[in-house]
Amino acid sequence: MTAMATRIQERASGPSFLQTFLSRHGGMMPTFAAVGILLLLFVGAEIFLRGDFITPRNISALLLDNAYLLVLAVGMTFVILTGGIDLSVGSVMAFSGILGAKLLADGVPAVVAVPAMLLGGAAIGLMIGILVQYFDVQPFIASLAGLFLGRGLAYVVSLSSIKVEESSLLWLQSTRIRLGDWYITPTGLIALGTVAIAAFVLHLTRFGRTVYAIGGSEQSARLMGLKVARAKVGVYVISGLCGGLAGLVLTAYSGAGYPRNGIGTELDAIAAVVIGGTILTGGRGYVIGSMIGVFVYGTIKTIISFMGAEQSWMQIIVGALLLLFIVVQRAIVARSEGRR
Amino acid sequence: MRPLLELTGATVRFGADAALDRVDFRLFPGEVHSLMGENGAGKSTLIKAITGALPLDAGELRLEGDHVAFASPHEAQAVGISTVYQEIEVLPNLSVAENICLGREPRRAGVISVRLMQARAREILLDLGLDIDPASMLGQHSVAVQQLVAIARAISTDVRILVLDEPTSSLDLDEVAELFRVIRDLRSRGVAILFVSHFLDQVYEICDRVTVLRDGAFVGEYLTTELLRIDLVQKMLGRDMADLKEREHTDDAAPEAAVVLEARGVTAAHGIADADVDLGEGEVLGVAGLLGSGRTSLARALTGVNRPHAGIIRIEGAGVHLDSPRRAMSLGVVYSSEDRRRDGIVAELSVLDNITLALQAERGVLRQLPVARRRELAASWVEALDIRPADLDRPAGTLSGGNQQKVLLARLLALSPRVLVLDEPTRGIDVGAKVEIQNLVGELADNGMSVIFISAELEEVLRVGDRVAVVRDGRIVRTAPAGALSADALLALVAQPDEDGE
Repeated sequence: MTAMATRIQERASGPSFLQTFLSRHGGMMPTFAAVGILLLLFVGAEIFLRGDFITPRNISALLLDNAYLLVLAVGMTFVILTGGIDLSVGSVMAFSGILGAKLLADGVPAVVAVPAMLLGGAAIGLMIGILVQYFDVQPFIASLAGLFLGRGLAYVVSLSSIKVEESSLLWLQSTRIRLGDWYITPTGLIALGTVAIAAFVLHLTRFGRTVYAIGGSEQSARLMGLKVARAKVGVYVISGLCGGLAGLVLTAYSGAGYPRNGIGTELDAIAAVVIGGTILTGGRGYVIGSMIGVFVYGTIKTIISFMGAEQSWMQIIVGALLLLFIVVQRAIVARSEGRR
Repeated sequence: MRPLLELTGATVRFGADAALDRVDFRLFPGEVHSLMGENGAGKSTLIKAITGALPLDAGELRLEGDHVAFASPHEAQAVGISTVYQEIEVLPNLSVAENICLGREPRRAGVISVRLMQARAREILLDLGLDIDPASMLGQHSVAVQQLVAIARAISTDVRILVLDEPTSSLDLDEVAELFRVIRDLRSRGVAILFVSHFLDQVYEICDRVTVLRDGAFVGEYLTTELLRIDLVQKMLGRDMADLKEREHTDDAAPEAAVVLEARGVTAAHGIADADVDLGEGEVLGVAGLLGSGRTSLARALTGVNRPHAGIIRIEGAGVHLDSPRRAMSLGVVYSSEDRRRDGIVAELSVLDNITLALQAERGVLRQLPVARRRELAASWVEALDIRPADLDRPAGTLSGGNQQKVLLARLLALSPRVLVLDEPTRGIDVGAKVEIQNLVGELADNGMSVIFISAELEEVLRVGDRVAVVRDGRIVRTAPAGALSADALLALVAQPDEDGE
């Protein structure tokens, strides 16, 4: 269609609300699909378990049990939006957790230990970012190096589990802010806060828009004069920082640091991000979607444990969902390209 | 008057080759300056040197007399140099408004104000005569709109120097007129504009001064009013224009030779309805039409790229079902896309691989072409089509546009097709390469190949085609022998809505 035709058409009839919405927010369709699947899972489980599933207790627990994964998924969303990938986050989480537990056990006050956990994560992210941006290493390989480094450092700190006695850390988990039967813990608030801050940064700051621009076309973003290098390193730092924060949340949740925590969690985070509608080639997706993805993931896990089924079904269902979503995304992308 | 921007002795090397060799260039405020030259003359390199996308190996860049060196496009933009690149550099995944304002969005305390941004974008777009929703995703719009948005971005700042590299290649006549109005307006405000185009008409219409480059070297700087077209072309080519071989035109509305490809009532989803095409053996059918007229849809429907919804296609009298490009290729019908960067050249692969790609694909993985045979084959095509530089192992993406187009042609010709469908094969390439490709098409037809030749340039269609099919609003409105049409008559057919009852 020529521009002329577009102009005339718009002047003549004026686009309908639906058309306007689709032309503005067509990229949100996969996220809506994720919401649909989440509702379907809720309703299905409710019917299957005869009204025992949608209870305030279960839904509150959903956030509590998956808070660490939500934090990781937020960081991962930044990276995937640029078209990159970060495989290190599970290890970074383990490293940060065991580092924190060790420092606290050695009598270091929490005001020092907690920032150290976050900085440790951010430092590994910075290393990955520099490798990707300035040494032109594939994100997959650079973050694989980060994965091994994080895991190795975790073992260096301690080979066995370290229990956390520090009350302020345990407070994050044990405090229940109640509203009727609903409750939320400070870890849940941290996770939701991370989502809110990330959504703000991605949509309303220049850094965030640059992240999307890089995912759309790095070359174009550079020629537009955007600060591409800074943003690209930045997303890995954010992902590392989120890894460190997830370590804090997980340590509070389990009451201990353990160097073997989070093996394979990076893949769970990637799965959640993709199910939430972020496209692996970058440029399209929403951090809210990643949150929905985490909830879908967590709900499947809960349903399976309710049914007493084998845990291996979890993996099969998540795998099938991933496949479905990638196919849906391809279809959407192909359609929007076909329309041009 | 002192030049706003002055480049002296500029040299840029890629490896051993000098893409720019001691070139001088001046740009005055309030002028439209054109950079002319063949493909590979160094126009794009010069632009990149000015806009900070490439560093100078030698030479000096002065802005208002002060020495400057830009390390990045960002720094050049900061002093008021805005650029619209030839390959449209936009972000289809972001909104129209963001594509215009990104990097300089209106902010309050670091927070982007979406409303202010959209208001500003709408204002700039209306200035360009484009009434689209600034909040809509850019990927939804046509290439022409994307191009205009890229231009809107370039003029949205306090621009002092505006660089437009082939800005009109995807615009229709109205849009070009609109763009020229904006350019004149900017010029009167003292902006210096560097306008690069292969359309000589446009250069003569809008430009005050011309700098000619050839093979990376400076040829001269001229006032447009004092330079005859023929002299300009001669300076660009460095040789006379007598190379163009006139083809003998038949005066028949139907092909005289046996019909190779026959289509009846071909209809595709968007674009083309009820099209009848007859293509004779050894015939060139020119297809003329504006952007979006359905010329590309027609080509894609005839070659299996897009499956037609209705209609019959016969090849040598036998009805065929073209449901994929692969099927079409096996029947000897091949298609060359108008967008050679996206749908043609594999930039990272070598010239050798690009040429032998389709042939190998047709043979299948199990019947590998021997390496020596592939090299021999590719080398023969490189020589036959005069692809420069004649280096088989060079990544195809590093070649100039005209040579990339020749590589694509070689790839298709290696399949020894019966029907060759060329969608704008001469778009964005220089006059010299254009003439070579036009001559080549003529030779192919003389050797019995049937060619459908689509082009936006009417003179070219008339010159190359034996017959011309005019496409307008998704229909073939007329098919006539090329000899029976003048360029003006063709223009009238292409541009005007039905009035002659065709």
